[in-house]
Amino acid sequence: MNNSLKQYIELHDEQLAAIERLAPAPLNELRKKARQALDGAVLPRKGSDDYEATDLNTVLAPDYGVNVNHVDLSRESTTKFRCEVPNLSTCLYYVFNDTFRPSETAGKSGDNASVESFQATKHPEVLAKHYGTVANLDNSCTALNTMLAQDGVLIYIPKGSHTTRPIQIINVFDANAQLMAVRRVLIVLEDDAQAKILVCDHTKGDKQYLSLETVEIIVGRNAKLDYYHMEESGMETSRLSQLWVRQHEGSNVLIDGITLTNGYTRNDYHIDVDGEHCDTQLLGMAIASGEQHIDNHTLINHNAPRCQSNEMFKYVLNDDSVGAFAGKILVKPNCPKIDAYQGNRNIVASPTARMYTKPQLEIYTDDVKCSHGSTVGQLDQEALFYMQTRGISLPVAQKLLMQAFMSDVIDGVRLDTLRDRLRHLVEMRLSGDTLICESCELKK
Amino acid sequence: MLVIKDLHATIEGKEILKGVNLTVKPGEVHAIMGPNGSGKSTLSAVLTGNPAYTVTGGEVEFYGKNLLELSPEDRAHEGIFLSFQYPVEIPGVLMSNFMRTAINEKRKYYGEEPMSATDFLKLMREKRAVVDLDNKLASRAVNEGFSGGEKKRNEIFQMAMLEPRLSILDETDSGLDIDALRTVANGVNRLKSKDNATIVITHYQRLLDYIKPDQVHVLYKGRIVMTGGPELALELEEKGYDWIKEQVDNNQL
Amino acid sequence: MSENNNIKKKQDEESIINQAATEEYRYGFVSDFETDVIPKGLNEDVVRRISQLKNEPEWLLEFRLKAFRHWQTLKLPKWGKVNMPDIDFQAISYYAAPQTKTGDKKEIDPELKKTFDKLGIPLEEQKRLSGMAVDAVVDSVSVHTSYRERLAELGVIFCSISEAVKDYPDLVKKYMGTVVPYTDNFFAALNSAVFSDGSFVYIPKGVRCPMELSSYFRINAAQTGQFERTLIVADDDSYVSYLEGCTAPMRDENQLHAAIVEIIVEERAEVKYSTVQNWYPGDKDGKGGIYNLVTKRGICRGDHSKLSWTQVETGSAITWKYPSTILKGNNTVGEFYSVALTRNYQMADTGTKMIHLGKNSRSTIVSKGISAGHSENSYRGMVKVAPDATNCRNYTQCDSLLLSDTSGAHTFPVIEVGNDSSIVEHEATTSKINEDQIFYCNQRGISTEDAVGLIVNGYARDVMKKLPMEFAVEAQRLLSVSLEGSVG
Repeated sequence: MNNSLKQYIELHDEQLAAIERLAPAPLNELRKKARQALDGAVLPRKGSDDYEATDLNTVLAPDYGVNVNHVDLSRESTTKFRCEVPNLSTCLYYVFNDTFRPSETAGKSGDNASVESFQATKHPEVLAKHYGTVANLDNSCTALNTMLAQDGVLIYIPKGSHTTRPIQIINVFDANAQLMAVRRVLIVLEDDAQAKILVCDHTKGDKQYLSLETVEIIVGRNAKLDYYHMEESGMETSRLSQLWVRQHEGSNVLIDGITLTNGYTRNDYHIDVDGEHCDTQLLGMAIASGEQHIDNHTLINHNAPRCQSNEMFKYVLNDDSVGAFAGKILVKPNCPKIDAYQGNRNIVASPTARMYTKPQLEIYTDDVKCSHGSTVGQLDQEALFYMQTRGISLPVAQKLLMQAFMSDVIDGVRLDTLRDRLRHLVEMRLSGDTLICESCELKK
Repeated sequence: MLVIKDLHATIEGKEILKGVNLTVKPGEVHAIMGPNGSGKSTLSAVLTGNPAYTVTGGEVEFYGKNLLELSPEDRAHEGIFLSFQYPVEIPGVLMSNFMRTAINEKRKYYGEEPMSATDFLKLMREKRAVVDLDNKLASRAVNEGFSGGEKKRNEIFQMAMLEPRLSILDETDSGLDIDALRTVANGVNRLKSKDNATIVITHYQRLLDYIKPDQVHVLYKGRIVMTGGPELALELEEKGYDWIKEQVDNNQL
Repeated sequence: MSENNNIKKKQDEESIINQAATEEYRYGFVSDFETDVIPKGLNEDVVRRISQLKNEPEWLLEFRLKAFRHWQTLKLPKWGKVNMPDIDFQAISYYAAPQTKTGDKKEIDPELKKTFDKLGIPLEEQKRLSGMAVDAVVDSVSVHTSYRERLAELGVIFCSISEAVKDYPDLVKKYMGTVVPYTDNFFAALNSAVFSDGSFVYIPKGVRCPMELSSYFRINAAQTGQFERTLIVADDDSYVSYLEGCTAPMRDENQLHAAIVEIIVEERAEVKYSTVQNWYPGDKDGKGGIYNLVTKRGICRGDHSKLSWTQVETGSAITWKYPSTILKGNNTVGEFYSVALTRNYQMADTGTKMIHLGKNSRSTIVSKGISAGHSENSYRGMVKVAPDATNCRNYTQCDSLLLSDTSGAHTFPVIEVGNDSSIVEHEATTSKINEDQIFYCNQRGISTEDAVGLIVNGYARDVMKKLPMEFAVEAQRLLSVSLEGSVG
């Protein structure tokens, strides 16, 4: 098996000067370590631990272009692009391929919140202090991202600040050639800060794209963060994302990962709960049809006592789609009074769809309450019949049940308008309606 | 409206109905009584098209249509309603969404436009009153967390919403206290008209104090073995089923 | 069950708990009989020598040599939540046979008899325990099999595998290595090369074996490994219940036990396989103890066949064990019921695989882990439903109970479903022992230690009740004994 990493390492070695020229100092410093980490590294093979269904070598094999010189590749101007959630007024920012662009609503999220590119930030000290402190270079995708990253989005909410409007970041792929975008996000909430962040992924055109994304999130004491991610990209798009979170004492974090349309997706969620009295909600949803591939891998490390976490991932798999879930709750020694739940519920709705699931508990403290549940099954036949006797046709009854199946993940959304929007999107998705956000001016 | 001729049905290969004959006309109330395991619930399941049961013989005609050919939902559209003995809990599906879908599917079947949201809410409010369900109903999931009485009232509420031509009440009295029984029975009576009919399936006579039957049938070993007026129900209440069983088993019926 | 029996059972329970207060590992004695031992170390000559000592046919020597050559290409696996120390395979003796003074297997050597009396295992048929036939294996060889003649009348074959090789070569040749090939894993290859003895069971068509068959394994000699091999074949429409027990003396060094169990279940046949595993677990500081690294696998080959595994695991310093079932026939049933108790520095990594290949196959997994002291206890399992295996069902329940804050409890299930008519459910919980329950017992005058024994036995009840009666009492007692001193 050839090693797909090689081409990127060669790219780095040949283009190092160009890569470093545009990037801020902290990125260049860490780049050396990332390059070392990848020295002689091999990507995990399909079927190895935590990669039961996903083959990184295949995802990384195509000869994607990397826009080292940051030429503007987008074919249309940002003003023509909208991804609006009705009745939700957000401060909107774009990342076109790998280039950050604020919209006219930028900077109105209240108080002192700032959303800037790494290259142009007015808070270089925040970038220097936190960049690379949560992400672990042992993860080869994160190492690859760190080795190639030249820019990124810094969301900084200073001590005690609350955003009044949600911050929305829209990642758009739009290029003439097959392209890999190295996307990097750093979110820093200082003590007592609060923010709601919504990230949407879209693609234009039918080129093959790969989003290589590493997100780092630091949540200070008693701070509160909602982070929603919605993937609505095209069937030709691959996504390798690693989200790294560190929670300090008393913080409250909701991470919600929603995959509505995509080609090949692998998401890693890695949450370190380092302080006491934290609350962690990790929710996810995947609706797959055609040959979509959705793999979510999660790890919640309870490193401090007296915390609670709740995790729920739900999948509906149609056609020839493949779903995978591997999740672990780890309670370290001397961490009593942890209350943790992990759920993974799956509906396999086609004879040729496939689901892999691996829910895991690793517990080293006795005074804890931890449980998990995982099911793979179908819609309740009795409920379907009951609905039919009320005159609801089988396909409609099935759709209603699937929607109901997703409802607890939808209800977990803490932004009213987004929740309504999501309910609508899920309904459309389950009805098999065409790609999705009709309020986007993103026409295929 | 409903003509059942020599109906045979099995579940998992076991024959439960062994030749049922029954004719129901508009405006009538029929009671079907019988000991446990006689096939009462099977009859309701077969009439509504429950896929767990297989019809192995006979005919069922509903307003001239061959009912057995229709899907369960089309039978509902044609006006057959079953109040389940054990209403099914459907977590996550809200009552309002459930009922609106049911009504609009029926309207679609008859080529009508969907009902507007305001009309629908008005209808919900109006019909809720029939069985005294509170206004939280709309936002609760179907039967989830409902008490036994609430579930049965919810069945009658759905019946009011869907305005069936033939209602089948399967052991609607089981598990109800006397007040709940009265509420449910009053609901059923308010919905009665000269154009619709009701089949009441019950083990006991007490529901028939409230819902007066025109005819009482005794189902035993998969066949209707005796038919009479309301007085038959009283007789059964007094003497039990043993005398009928004896007669059947001795081939006297 | 009559009331009298109930009272009797209760008294049994009480005496069990009483005993629990006074004893530690009570099987830790060393028997003083002469032993023939092949010198330590492993090479082709040793493999040939074992085969020669056992007077084996050429085909079996070939099988051993192939396995040995394959083993040489493999590395000691490192997996699970187990710290597997390097094992020096040249420091182990691969064959040890107790010398019997009589030289005749029909008569029992008095010293051996004493050993088994101490273990509470009757070898003499007159002292029979509700008609249980026993195959006793000490170190590398089977020393006695009871009831052979009576079983033979029914056509049931129950003997040591060495005898089976001589007496029923066709059956052994037909089935051995078909469920666990020597290429399966490191220890399966090792076992296939050096296996010494074990039990062979064949139940002919249509026969319900009238008594429990049981094998009792004991490691006695120092610095030896035990590599037994069990082969059970249940032909069409037959039934057998098979029990397996094991003990070893207390020794400071670690000893290796790498067994293979293969079970073949043909059409409409049923096999129940129960294990009470109580190898020496090492002392309270984690010194010594058996490494119990076994490969157990059965195949429900015929339609409507059933295989049920029940295990109570309390011993061994390290356990790797995943009794698995391949549900090949349609409408087959696989079951796995397990209680694993670890304390001190024990490490147990155990679970099952249910491979659904046949349509309408069903499986149930109930696993109860109890961790005390500094131990690590993991459930590792796999449920796989092949695309063609439609309408399959699996239900898995894995519970972990933690009795100390220095122990670990882990759950690692893998679920793979390849069609849309199968339902797989997995539920798992991890919690500590309920203090309200302990207090309630305390208030009724029951000591905390006894209360824990009671509660743990209650917790493990779902599994214990699957054991045959004789074994259940023994297993209950073992659980209570093993818990002694581990509550803190």
